[in-house]
Amino acid sequence: MVAELGHFALIVALVVAAVQATVPLIGAARGADDWVAVARPAAGIQFLMAAVAFFALMYCFVQSDFSVATVFQSSHSLKPLLYKVTGVWGNHEGSLLLWILILTGFGAAVATFGTNLPPALAARVLSVQAMVGVGFLAFILFTSNPFERIFPAPAEGRGLNPLLQDPGLAIHPPFLYLGYVGFSMAFSFAVAALIEGRVDPAWARWVRPWTLAAWCFLTIGISLGSWWAYYELGWGGFWFWDPVENASFMPWLAGTALLHSAIVVERRDTLKAWTILLAILTFSLSLLGTFIVRSGVLTSVHAFATDPARGLFILGFLVVAIGGSLALFAVRAPALRPGGLFAPVSREGALVLNNILLATACATVLLGTLYPLILDAISGEKVSVGPPFFQATFVPLMLPLLAAMAVGPLLPWKRGDLRGALERLRFTFIFAGFTGLAVYALVEPRSAAATGGVALAAWLVLGGILPLYERTLRGGVSGAAARLAALPRSAIGMSLAHAGVGLVVLGLTVLLTWQTEKDQVMRVGETMDVAGYTLTLRGVASVAGPNYVAQRATFDVAKGGEVVMRLAPEKRSYVDSPQVTTEAAIEPTWLGDLYVVVGDADGNGGYAIRGYFKPFVHWLWIGAAVMVAGGLVSLSDRRHRVGAPAARRTRETGALAGAASGATE
Amino acid sequence: MRTALRLSMLALLALLALAPVVYAQGLEPVLPDPALEQRARELHKRLRCLVCQNQSIHESNAELARDLRNVVRERIAAGDTDEDVVTYVVARYGNWVLLQPPLNAGTLVLWLSPPLLLVTAFVGTALYFLRSRRSIPEAKPLSSEEQARVAELLGEERRG
Repeated sequence: MVAELGHFALIVALVVAAVQATVPLIGAARGADDWVAVARPAAGIQFLMAAVAFFALMYCFVQSDFSVATVFQSSHSLKPLLYKVTGVWGNHEGSLLLWILILTGFGAAVATFGTNLPPALAARVLSVQAMVGVGFLAFILFTSNPFERIFPAPAEGRGLNPLLQDPGLAIHPPFLYLGYVGFSMAFSFAVAALIEGRVDPAWARWVRPWTLAAWCFLTIGISLGSWWAYYELGWGGFWFWDPVENASFMPWLAGTALLHSAIVVERRDTLKAWTILLAILTFSLSLLGTFIVRSGVLTSVHAFATDPARGLFILGFLVVAIGGSLALFAVRAPALRPGGLFAPVSREGALVLNNILLATACATVLLGTLYPLILDAISGEKVSVGPPFFQATFVPLMLPLLAAMAVGPLLPWKRGDLRGALERLRFTFIFAGFTGLAVYALVEPRSAAATGGVALAAWLVLGGILPLYERTLRGGVSGAAARLAALPRSAIGMSLAHAGVGLVVLGLTVLLTWQTEKDQVMRVGETMDVAGYTLTLRGVASVAGPNYVAQRATFDVAKGGEVVMRLAPEKRSYVDSPQVTTEAAIEPTWLGDLYVVVGDADGNGGYAIRGYFKPFVHWLWIGAAVMVAGGLVSLSDRRHRVGAPAARRTRETGALAGAASGATE
Repeated sequence: MRTALRLSMLALLALLALAPVVYAQGLEPVLPDPALEQRARELHKRLRCLVCQNQSIHESNAELARDLRNVVRERIAAGDTDEDVVTYVVARYGNWVLLQPPLNAGTLVLWLSPPLLLVTAFVGTALYFLRSRRSIPEAKPLSSEEQARVAELLGEERRG
């Protein structure tokens, strides 16, 4: 019954989306206010229906209703409640439903909070958003219905992949989707602006907060995924240039570029066509990414053929959505007049450089991800494009970007003074060089690459916060706090985000240069040395969990002859799945993580043990967190709230801005 | 019911066949000379596991990956250079086994695209600068509408 209710709600959502995709659009073109007024309530109803469907499916999961095929495929009655809930999006159908829920949620958010948008623009944005919704709702209803029943109902489900039964991975997809789908806002605004034929600083002001929010979510989502891979997969890898990872990284790269080019549109009324194109491409990459992952086209070429209906629908949808928006762009973009002129060396110029490098990097990742597929289709030749290719091409593109990142924010708009900016960075440069040399002199084994990496990290962190320092502390300690509070939040956010990138570079450099790895067959009482720690195997015991049995090894870890900690890695066998998972024991220290994994028994009382020391690995996550914090601080800027959900305090000024842009129409 | 059961049994079998053996690596016989073993491991990192998703055989727990690891060790023990080993493995499994695609006619586009894209982007930007300098008159005066708008926006910011 509940499943049928959910199914029905999805059908209603599709019908409402179809209305919302057409009526307000026609109304906006003809100036019919009552048609335009359809958009907001429709967006609300669409969201409500998607929520009903989503929670209906969640109910079926929690109740272990195995007569619903999706539940049977990916749940089990013994599974802990948390994973029954998160199992909703641990499968194709449910994750699509989550996508739709978030998509309609963003639409409803614009309808609710975007009260200061000109009504015609709001109507067009919501119409475009609903067009995407129609595509997804039709896809789920016609090819991937999550509420399909099986009769007679099986007594027990097949269980969720144990690798996915983990809190980190449980919350990773929602964040990823909030990011992917968040870029749909930028897309809808871009297409609406093309239909309207008008892009101006006010438009950029409305788009930026949505893009920034999506970027924050996507950054969190990618970091969570990376963190999960690090602690769950059992060898401490955190990024594999896997097609599925690339699928989320490409929208991130394009979204980062978009974030920066939108600033130029807002402040200088130029780079408009390029920003619109970026907005379209960013969401197109999100769509492509979603479908790459969902169709399995890249992880296994044959998954496309197993369900031709899905594959064809996906292709058709991509062609219509991407092709349609790009065609509209081709027709309308020439009419977008560039605004303010600027010299190559200027803030705008620096942001253009940022865009060139990020866009090239994004295109490179796209090419590398799809190349095996393309080559196979053209010539039947099979190649792998693995991490070495991406490292060889991506890193050289990132180095100039990182080097320029500290300089760009110091250049004034229109015409910059490169020498002046570099003079302001003199101390940063000296300090970064000194840090690099100190690392070279003091840390064994010596590494020239790591010297450069650490110096670059210092350059980024110090260079990132230099603008803040100049505007607060340099004028003396007294009053510095007041000066900081008076700074625009977006300036603080930028400094934080740029410094966060520096911390990630630091973590990457140290980790990749100096991580150590040991493996050894150990019997109880034997020892292994890892990075100055002595691990003694104390015992191996079987431990029962809720739906698994674990083999748990216990180690005493000594440093300098003294036992400083105890570690207990596990190997888990699940009752509902033949898959075995490793639960690495990870002990964070100030210098890095001690990471121990227990493997198979050799039958003679010995166990295969792997020990790693992962220096500075925590700076990866700290750096990512600082980047997100920067995004959030920037998001709280008053300037952004003018177009975003407005706090009560600022609603008045927001309404004013809305009225102002309304007046100029 | 029966088909569902059979299907689930099949799925179970399929999963069993694919289920990785966790850290069997530690139990493998390694080369007695640590320097040779280190060379073998560096090679393992360059070779793709044939049955996994985008993993090197160094990281994979699959049985086929273990076999290939041992093949590499055997070749090294027999005195092959690194390149000999790679040639040997590629002869058996094709270029697909290399995580870094070799540069050949098929992969020329792949390897040349990133630098070409970058150059194109820079040339395009340079042209944009040249053209915009020529085509747009120095400073366009604001229309009265725009001036009113600017005044309003600036005023709003000051008021906060």
